Amino acid sequence: MKIIINGEAKEINAATIADVTKILGYEGDYFAVAKNLTCVPRNQYDATAIAENDEIEILMPMQGG
Amino acid sequence: MWQLGGKNFSSRLVLGTSRYRSPENLREAITRSGIEIVTVSLRRQAAGDGNKFWDLLREMNIAFLPNTANCRSVQEAITTAHMAREVFKTNWIKLETVGDEYTLAPDPFALVEAARILIADGFEVFPYTTEDLVVAERLVAAGCKILMPWAAPIGSGQGIANAQALKTLRARFPETTLIIDAGIGAPSHAAQVMEMGYDAVMLNTAIALADDAPKMAQAFARAIEAGRMGYEAGLMPRRDFAEPSTPTLGTPFWKEEKRA
Repeated sequence: MKIIINGEAKEINAATIADVTKILGYEGDYFAVAKNLTCVPRNQYDATAIAENDEIEILMPMQGG
Repeated sequence: MWQLGGKNFSSRLVLGTSRYRSPENLREAITRSGIEIVTVSLRRQAAGDGNKFWDLLREMNIAFLPNTANCRSVQEAITTAHMAREVFKTNWIKLETVGDEYTLAPDPFALVEAARILIADGFEVFPYTTEDLVVAERLVAAGCKILMPWAAPIGSGQGIANAQALKTLRARFPETTLIIDAGIGAPSHAAQVMEMGYDAVMLNTAIALADDAPKMAQAFARAIEAGRMGYEAGLMPRRDFAEPSTPTLGTPFWKEEKRA
């Protein structure tokens, strides 16, 4: 299935947000996920299904002013 | 001690964490100047890259104020705020909505709307705003207890572009926590806004890009403390003409001159 991850199209064999983060190697609690410009709470990763062309944003802590 | 967002702090310097030579340089700036609050952001990053910055900061006993820097719409800002709450486990959000690319001036319309929505959602909103009085009034009406007006555009180091407007904000919002955010270039600028009665100063570039960032952080911390003490002690009123400070009574060699 083709989805957009952080602005880039990717082929990925995943059904949920939990699958996506696992496949991409995001671990621990220092990242956050949004699907189609809506934040997905951590306890909803397993329950949140993804569909073709969904836009997934995965963000991590960074320097900021 | 002063209160911010329900917590007690001693330091009135809020530090941005960008543009330092190294994470260690940033850590030294924080520890040497007694900084208790830092701003952070969320960015795209691949999972395998590691996160030295965050590994280092999370070990420190400091409060995190995440921002929504570079958000261009209400929805982007709201989603970023929700994501920041997930990661940083705080309801604090430094709400930024870019309205102009050249000055990075905030979009006040998006700012007020996003603030209203986020406050209803339980956030403590720190809106980055201009010095405009009516925008400030709308933000307060939306429920903001804290305002972060700019002194000058971000990263410009210009100091206070509109002192009268900043004084007006302080006078009109005595109950609101006012933190100067952006445009501060020198410790004297920070002292000046603190003397006006501002509650704190937030800055990044002037410290991060100094030859010696930890030393500059100390310089700012002292200037901010001095400015605050000056405000609390009560500044003398400004006068147009001189008023002798040494007593005139008993002036040596004085005699009444007879005019012919």
